[in-house]
Amino acid sequence: MSMSAERVALETSTGHEGGSDETRVPGRWSGVLSQMLRTRRVVVGLVILALMAAAAWLGPLISPWEFGERDFSSFLKPPSPEHWLGTDNTGRDIFTITMSGLQKSLIIGLLVAVITTTFAAVVGAFAGYFTGVSDRALMWITDLALVLPSFLILAILSPVLRTSGWLVFVLLLAAFGWMVTAKMIRGMTISLKEREYVHAARFMGVPAWKIIFRHIIPNMSSLLIVDATINVSSAIIAETALSYFGFGVQPPDVTLGSLIAVGARQAVTHPWTFVFCTGLLVLLVLAVNMIGDGLRDALDPQSKSRRA
Amino acid sequence: MNNTETTTAPDPAPTRSGDVPVLEVDNLHVTFPGVNKAPDIKAVRGVSYRLNRGEILGIVGESGSGKSVSSLAAMGLLPEYAEVTGSVRLKGQELLGLDDQRLAKVRGKVISMVFQDPLSALTPVYTVGDQLAEAVRVHDSTVSKQQALTRAAELLALVGIPNAAQRLKAFPHEFSGGMRQRVMIAMAMANDPDVIICDEPTTALDVTIQAQVLELLKTAQRETGAAIVMITHDLGVVAGFVDRVLVMYAGRPVEMGTVDEVYYRTRMPYTMGLLGAIPRLDLEEKTPLVPIKGNPPSLAALPPGCPFAPRCPIALPQCSAGEPQLLTIGAQPSTAEIDAVGQSQAAASEPARSSTVEHRSACIRSGEIDTENWTAADIYPLPEIPADAVARLPRADRPVVLEVDDLIKHHPLLKGALFKRRVGTVYAVDGISFDIRERETLGLVGESGCGKSTTLMEILSLDRPARGKVVVLGKESGRLSRRERFKIRRDMQVVFQDPMSSLDPRMPVFEIIAEPLRTHSYPRSRLNARVRELLALVGLDPAHASRYPAEFSGGQRQRIGIARALALEPKVLVLDEPVSALDVSIQAGVVNLLEELQARLGLAYLFVAHDLSVIRHLADRVAVMYLGKIVEIGDVHSIYTEPAHPYTQALLSAIPIPDPEKERSRTHIVLEGDLPSPANPPSGCSFRTRCPKFQALPESDRRRCLSEEPAIRPLTGDDHATACHYAQKRVVV
Repeated sequence: MSMSAERVALETSTGHEGGSDETRVPGRWSGVLSQMLRTRRVVVGLVILALMAAAAWLGPLISPWEFGERDFSSFLKPPSPEHWLGTDNTGRDIFTITMSGLQKSLIIGLLVAVITTTFAAVVGAFAGYFTGVSDRALMWITDLALVLPSFLILAILSPVLRTSGWLVFVLLLAAFGWMVTAKMIRGMTISLKEREYVHAARFMGVPAWKIIFRHIIPNMSSLLIVDATINVSSAIIAETALSYFGFGVQPPDVTLGSLIAVGARQAVTHPWTFVFCTGLLVLLVLAVNMIGDGLRDALDPQSKSRRA
Repeated sequence: MNNTETTTAPDPAPTRSGDVPVLEVDNLHVTFPGVNKAPDIKAVRGVSYRLNRGEILGIVGESGSGKSVSSLAAMGLLPEYAEVTGSVRLKGQELLGLDDQRLAKVRGKVISMVFQDPLSALTPVYTVGDQLAEAVRVHDSTVSKQQALTRAAELLALVGIPNAAQRLKAFPHEFSGGMRQRVMIAMAMANDPDVIICDEPTTALDVTIQAQVLELLKTAQRETGAAIVMITHDLGVVAGFVDRVLVMYAGRPVEMGTVDEVYYRTRMPYTMGLLGAIPRLDLEEKTPLVPIKGNPPSLAALPPGCPFAPRCPIALPQCSAGEPQLLTIGAQPSTAEIDAVGQSQAAASEPARSSTVEHRSACIRSGEIDTENWTAADIYPLPEIPADAVARLPRADRPVVLEVDDLIKHHPLLKGALFKRRVGTVYAVDGISFDIRERETLGLVGESGCGKSTTLMEILSLDRPARGKVVVLGKESGRLSRRERFKIRRDMQVVFQDPMSSLDPRMPVFEIIAEPLRTHSYPRSRLNARVRELLALVGLDPAHASRYPAEFSGGQRQRIGIARALALEPKVLVLDEPVSALDVSIQAGVVNLLEELQARLGLAYLFVAHDLSVIRHLADRVAVMYLGKIVEIGDVHSIYTEPAHPYTQALLSAIPIPDPEKERSRTHIVLEGDLPSPANPPSGCSFRTRCPKFQALPESDRRRCLSEEPAIRPLTGDDHATACHYAQKRVVV
């Protein structure tokens, strides 16, 4: 495998040999970025995500109906020129409320996923790299967070935090999702840190935190990206569950999750109350997955799809 | 196996080679179809050979030459998607095309195999006895379980495992690597097969264990009368062990003949290159090794004509006209004929049939080589390595750059889950001392588990050792402030063994080499130029800087590792087995590079290796380690010509030399047993459990070895010290 790759390397190198002395070698991250943008999946995923964001924020503005406005002449009506996606059982315009639900879900899903995975990676990598006291302390905290009943704590905290807005809610959701990943990351770090390139970096005097961010975490990126993409959907679902029990986002505010919860009950009889919000969730997760896939390939020089 | 000295001389060849071929391989082709429009991999392209009863055939080649695939194909062990054509006949019975069930009747009974990796060849959840008994019973269901176990015990005893009856109940993890390989051989012998295929049986083992296993294979051959196919990359192993050699390159046999013919009258430039690229244990003078330029071709995109032509120093335009056949010397079509006939017909002329033992070579210039009697030195350009003027200064006048004094590293053995208590100590490094002066190479040799790598890690960590001291350029490592330690790191850099894992796979080469420069705040403006300069210095194209490590071959990756280590212009370079993972033809290039860099940059090397031939070639001084201690240290000349410690003698004599005649007339000292556990070293002299000298001593003299640990004492002569109570110089190479 390496032999054939190298042959390709030799062949192509002769092409741009002239003047290569002057060209700047692209840095590590700019290389990854350009590699990512060259992948079609990533571009498609990014476009979908951008379109969804645009729809979520612009949709309520162009819709003839206001958020919270009710049409008392039509309850549970199918899509029509007046109500583009129909109405629900209290006469709200489905398009308007779905779009404003999408706003919240986008923010919650993406933020929670990024925060959870980043936090897990940092805690796990530091625990695994510095064995001894810091490892024991960090893992003790992780174990503690694992055994604490997160639902109960959220329930207790929610009256206090009700007034403090969605950002606190996002942090809370993230705070209860990082432990299992952190434990996995710790295990991987323990094996990665015995790799010779980590030794080499240590022996050339690179400080430990730099080694962790430069060598250890990038080499676990496949796992982290998969973890993050899964976390997007699970955060949206977790938010729904909490909202259902009266914590988190409360009516009249809506999220995709709460809309799905309501719509699911009448999915067969009045499909439009269910199909659109569910479809948007699927589309969101799909877009995130596509970006994650491309990012993983861009970060991994050995991946197959990159060569093809 | 007893601890006597045995010679390698095989039985006279003629008596062995009866006329009945037991294994006939004819025009064997193996192709792995490419998936997703990738080109097909033609792993084996036309291998033919005949193996007579009791004969030993060596198949030699570098990695990727198709030597293992061809024998796996003969055993029917390739994955199903592999396309195998040709013919493999075992005692007249065609094996190709047989279904798995019928093949299984043959496998293990008539033809058996010894694999390379003894660690993964046995199932860990069954006892060794059960696995051996299974090998017996699976081909003969009339044997009762008890009888099979008795036979298993016999077999274990035969392969030299003491207390065979008790060891039957042991699980594979309780056996060392060498012992597991013995079990594999016992299993291969279980049903008195006619052919035993050994796929690199000693590559994963240490030299002293390799000597044991080779000795055992010879016993197995004598006991069963089986023919052996010995697949290896080690031309030394082949020299003393086999009758005939088949050299493979890019999936094709390129030279074939008796050992003597192939080694002394080499007629294929590739074989010449291979033989010239090996550092020799038995040659004193330091001539540069002859690397073969370039890399083996990709099996998915072979060049037209001779696959070796792009790397061959005597290639002609006609070489790329058609692929030369494996023909007897002189039978190759002349260049004029090739020009006249055109490539299509030249390639199709007389398909190669392996019938007799005559010397064949697949080179259109083999006739010319034969008449001119060319050797490797004639056709390969000798690389120029500048002489180091300063190194000629007497050793005592040069400053010491690295000094290690009475260094120890003990790991505690802990037990218990919550409250760990110490139940023992692993004496990984147990009081070693040496010093390295400017522009000098110290070779640190020893078998795996002797503490070489631990020593390196201790030195490189620059932490305060548990006892003793490490002084780098006059600064003692335990007493450094943080900033001083950071500064010292500039002057001591490391090159690792495994070119796969020593470079971060997710960083482009530019970033990898720039990392030490950035860490030590090298001016940003000159960074780019410096990385290019370094790449050029190690012989790589600076235009490749934006590629990832995976796009380079093993040898090139090792060069990148060297470039990274040299980035900060260190004074001391620590090399941890830098060439042991490379093929010989590539290894020679890296060894030459290291020599050249030392002369040009005035480096001092601490070179750790288990390959004593490479050390002899590169080092000025040698330290031999055994069980965490240095048992002998001195200049290369003294150690190699007249080693005084019994362990050094055994180590040197265990290494096969790629010279059939010398190898046959040599005396090998075969050591008994394995390395003792460093957690529980023997009392007194730690080598006494395996020492041939100790066994020869009278009872009264033995007491000293049992009770008193020998200190390292200088011998008569200039620079030579050894740790043996009864040291005696002796010539073994």
